[in-house]
Amino acid sequence: MFAIAKKLAQAGVLSLNRRNAEYTLWHNPRHLFPLVDDKLTTKSLAQQAGMAVPPLYGVIEIEHQVRELCTILKPYQDFVIKPAQGSGGDGIMVISGRHKERYRKVNGLLITQEDLDHHVSNALSGLYSLGGHPDKVFIEYRVQFDPIFEAISFQGVPDIRIIVFLGVPVMAMVRLPTRMSDGKANLHLGAIGAGINLRTGKTLSGVWQNEIVTEHPDTEHSITDVQVPEWDKILNLAARSYELTGLGYQGVDLVLDKSKGPLLLELNARPGLNIQIANDGGLLKRLQLAEQHAPSLKTVEDRITFSKQHFAPTNEAYA
Amino acid sequence: MNKRHLYILALTLAFSGLGLFVYKSFVLHFPLVPDTSALIWNIEVHATFTAENHPIKVGIYIPRNTPQYAILDENFISPGYGLATTTPEEGNRRAVWSIRKANGKQSLYYRAVIRRMPTDHEPGEPKTSPLKKPTLETPLLEAAQALAKDILSKSADTETFVQALIKRIHNPSPDETISVLLGQNPTLEIKLNTIVEVLKASGLPARVIHGIRIPTIPRSVQWVSWFQVYDNKAWRSFDPLTGTPEISADYVEWWHGNNPFYKSSGIKKLEYSVSIAPNHEEAIQAALLSTKLAIPKLLDFSLFNLPLQTQAVYRILLMVPLGAFLLLVLRNIIGIQTFGTFMPILMALAFRETQLLWGVILFSLIVSLGLVVRFYLEQLKLLLVPRLASLLIVVVGLMAFLSILSYQLGFERGLSVALFPMVIITMTIERMCIVWEERGASESIQQGIGSLLVAVLTYLTMTIPYVEHVLFVFPELLLVLLAGTLLMGRYSGFRLLELHRFKALASS
Repeated sequence: MFAIAKKLAQAGVLSLNRRNAEYTLWHNPRHLFPLVDDKLTTKSLAQQAGMAVPPLYGVIEIEHQVRELCTILKPYQDFVIKPAQGSGGDGIMVISGRHKERYRKVNGLLITQEDLDHHVSNALSGLYSLGGHPDKVFIEYRVQFDPIFEAISFQGVPDIRIIVFLGVPVMAMVRLPTRMSDGKANLHLGAIGAGINLRTGKTLSGVWQNEIVTEHPDTEHSITDVQVPEWDKILNLAARSYELTGLGYQGVDLVLDKSKGPLLLELNARPGLNIQIANDGGLLKRLQLAEQHAPSLKTVEDRITFSKQHFAPTNEAYA
Repeated sequence: MNKRHLYILALTLAFSGLGLFVYKSFVLHFPLVPDTSALIWNIEVHATFTAENHPIKVGIYIPRNTPQYAILDENFISPGYGLATTTPEEGNRRAVWSIRKANGKQSLYYRAVIRRMPTDHEPGEPKTSPLKKPTLETPLLEAAQALAKDILSKSADTETFVQALIKRIHNPSPDETISVLLGQNPTLEIKLNTIVEVLKASGLPARVIHGIRIPTIPRSVQWVSWFQVYDNKAWRSFDPLTGTPEISADYVEWWHGNNPFYKSSGIKKLEYSVSIAPNHEEAIQAALLSTKLAIPKLLDFSLFNLPLQTQAVYRILLMVPLGAFLLLVLRNIIGIQTFGTFMPILMALAFRETQLLWGVILFSLIVSLGLVVRFYLEQLKLLLVPRLASLLIVVVGLMAFLSILSYQLGFERGLSVALFPMVIITMTIERMCIVWEERGASESIQQGIGSLLVAVLTYLTMTIPYVEHVLFVFPELLLVLLAGTLLMGRYSGFRLLELHRFKALASS
């Protein structure tokens, strides 16, 4: 037991206690949390800063407005319904089309307007929000994901998670939905996480249900060495989100749209630690290195250059 | 800010707590261990009956000073009743409650504090004849006299006489004389009476004694009987089964003779219980006295200054911080997930009342039944607050139903389900259901079992009598607990279960 602990410490694996005690509690002042806990706030902040986000279709703030849902949705064939304060992907419903009076979910199931209204009501009453606070619900553009991921994801939209510390992207992974995860990009639901080489933007091996994999279990295509398109743009969006919120330690979630390119989805003030398994390496040494050099890295470009230089797996600086 | 601030704070807290603890235990001699050899006990007789507008008289025997036990204090709680204490027979005391008119359920209490100590209460030569002369009628009296004469010729003194007599009485194939005296299928009570009658027939004053045996833990007790013989100017007790001329010192005499414990008129049925609890306060009282002399101010701020009932509450409340500390270890060091941060502590408190096994069974039963209902409610597509409220109503209903059912089946323990924290259970069911839907059944059940496990561990820790005693007598130890908790607040190492989670990274 102590042997494992020692090895993990040597590998620089960040533990939950340490993430809380030394990173989130230290670098993420609580008064900034509302900026990321409410996805609508994040969205408007990002829009003001000129960062690309999925277009917003409509917002439902009170129970009474649920009746208008039908009207709001009328012009759109496909869309995504999200609770503004949902955590871990809870309460997100993706509609990929319509069939007569019904809506088709990504998994092919048809649901009625009543089902949809109930889902929105639940979300409004705080079913999916942290601590059960009353919530808002918004409807936004459904991302048409880049065909590069088509072969290695099942139904849903793969998204890219980048840990950004003091503005420096330190670790990245792409989360690939599987049949098991019901098209959702959440690792605990059964999605695959594949680490990304920060310098090249190519995928490394992946992790699925805590085991290392190199193929997608549903499509059987290789998930390693896939080039993520527009990687520099992605890194740029990630690095800039530090100025957006001021949170020192955050998880930036992005998606790649076929036509709109990289879009900022949401920010997370308490990003999970599974990214370490996806990258087959610890975060701690990267974080310490970034902290050491952060004062000298003045611009966004400096930080990206630093990140590319130091945080590629071939580089021995953190190994 | 660095960690030094925290360390200094924790150290200061720990040292002040430990300092006070050491001072109190070594200088003021507050007892470190609960005084299990208590010499003082609280006795309570609680009689209940239903009154129906008739004049009522209830008389019970009450204990008296004996050579081993002294009654330090006694009181009667009987609002509206007239009370008289009498000594109807030599050496017996009796309390008689009376009332002209009463209606409904009535409760009478007799409470006494007794102390084991040699007293100068040495009853002299018995004066009344029931203690000296046999009360048997002629044919039986003759049998008893014959038996006494027979045994007397084969024994040297009172002790050997009694032992020989007991051997004859308990003989599985009794001779004719014994059979006549005992009749068919004699009970222990009949045998005891026969022994006493034969003793009296041989000229030795003797009596049947009814009393109680002091248990090690507070509980209600049953009557036990033995007998005494007046020999060498003192009453000597004998074990009715073996004839050993001494009985253990934890037997307390209550009354003697063949009369039942109570006599009543004007009521149909009287129910009563006798309970006894050790009073551990003696060592503490001594320590408090020395505190009063040394630093009177300290005593003003002591828990012992509170009313007894409040003290009992704090005995339990002081265990909650310990439970919280344990919870902290299990969550942040081990990494067990639970539903709700403090839910296991509240469950552990409930288990105190229900006992562990029943607590776990009842909890699992209510949560599983609640989950079934919750899954059904899901179909109705209710909003959050109405759904929680209906679930709460169902949980309360389930609790009542389980109480009724278990009472019908004769499991009295099932009644204590009423002490479960229903709001906490409702929230547990709701969260379990949500985790079930979103993360799957296995994770939900896993977390449920995790919560239960933590509750059980917390319960086991919170019910160690020694710990309870120490925390109550030395509440300053809470500062040490606080210091430990603060330090753990900055523990940034791995959780035990994380080692498993990141195992793949350790191999590379």
